[in-house]
Amino acid sequence: MEIKNAVAGTLESGDIMIQIAPGDGLQVDLQSSVAAQFGRQIKALITETLTGLGIDNAYVKATDKGALDCTIRARVTAAAVRATGKDVWKD
Amino acid sequence: MFVPGNNPGMMADAHIYGPDSIMLDLEDSVTMAEKDAARLLVHNALKSIDFGGTEMVVRINPLSTPYGKKDVEAVVKAGVDVIRMPKTETADEVRELEAEIVKVETELGCVGRTLIMAAIESALGVVNAFEIATASKRMMGIALGAEDYSANLKTQRTPGGAELLLARETIVVAARAAGIACFDTVYSNLDDMDTFRKEVELIKTLGFDGKSIINPRQIEVVNEVFAPSQKAIDKALRIIAAIKEAQAKGSGVIAVNGKMVDRPVVIRAERTIALAIASGILSQEEAL
Repeated sequence: MEIKNAVAGTLESGDIMIQIAPGDGLQVDLQSSVAAQFGRQIKALITETLTGLGIDNAYVKATDKGALDCTIRARVTAAAVRATGKDVWKD
Repeated sequence: MFVPGNNPGMMADAHIYGPDSIMLDLEDSVTMAEKDAARLLVHNALKSIDFGGTEMVVRINPLSTPYGKKDVEAVVKAGVDVIRMPKTETADEVRELEAEIVKVETELGCVGRTLIMAAIESALGVVNAFEIATASKRMMGIALGAEDYSANLKTQRTPGGAELLLARETIVVAARAAGIACFDTVYSNLDDMDTFRKEVELIKTLGFDGKSIINPRQIEVVNEVFAPSQKAIDKALRIIAAIKEAQAKGSGVIAVNGKMVDRPVVIRAERTIALAIASGILSQEEAL
């Protein structure tokens, strides 16, 4: 799926900012104060959400401010919708 | 309690403060550019966060905007309890919202699950209050939105609220005639808790079931004002006990403390007990 640069989320506490750009394969660059404890799970959740939306090629920069899983999923999906220009979210 | 729909931190913490109801907002607190992201956030939050049994309401964007129908789909799919429709002016608008809800619920196989609260925020809405309140079986309440209403009246809000009196009374009367709940508008000046308390006392006297709030600091004041006194609770418990005893004996008219207890007295006693339970000063077990 063709994508362009897009951003979703904020740097406020409890949120996560997701920046998406075109890339080869899925590469996630994560900054988080809890990266040592939860970094692997956060990256896995980002990758799983993008794959579920049919996005297999993208570079993702994620700046986490202590977001819950549901927030990460929502922000990744919002960034993906904006990057693809398609309303890709479905239950 | 209103919570901005694009603020995940506030959403996750809102139920900790013990509001009766959390109203995630997709309308006025969300900029046009963030409508899509807020909708996804609210959808995922409703599905995942444990709000501890708190009633969950979402204020959607008007159906006449490009966002309204998408909001309905997202929040009904996430299992929201109540949809608050902003700027409601006619019964047809309620029926249009109901049709949108039915579309999504039919797809999910859960027709009838989602309730509707209509916010009345204009002179036309006030004139049509009863028709709006009775437009659908899903209507659980009507609420006043005073900022838009006072702008529509070409006036402004004052501490005494004289400009809102007719709207408030009309909304209470319409809700009571329709057998649904009614909620008063927000008070936005968090630095003036005295005026806020007076406003809560006023709307309680007018007959409202509750007040919309914008900050956890306001919860305590609303609960204090709406909580019945211990004397009133004791009296209500005596009335209910006497009624139960009379029913068990099969007798009709009863008296408590030498005064006849008729139907309105019982209804008032039941409401006192319900308010005492809602305010956390009486447990369900104590009320039995």
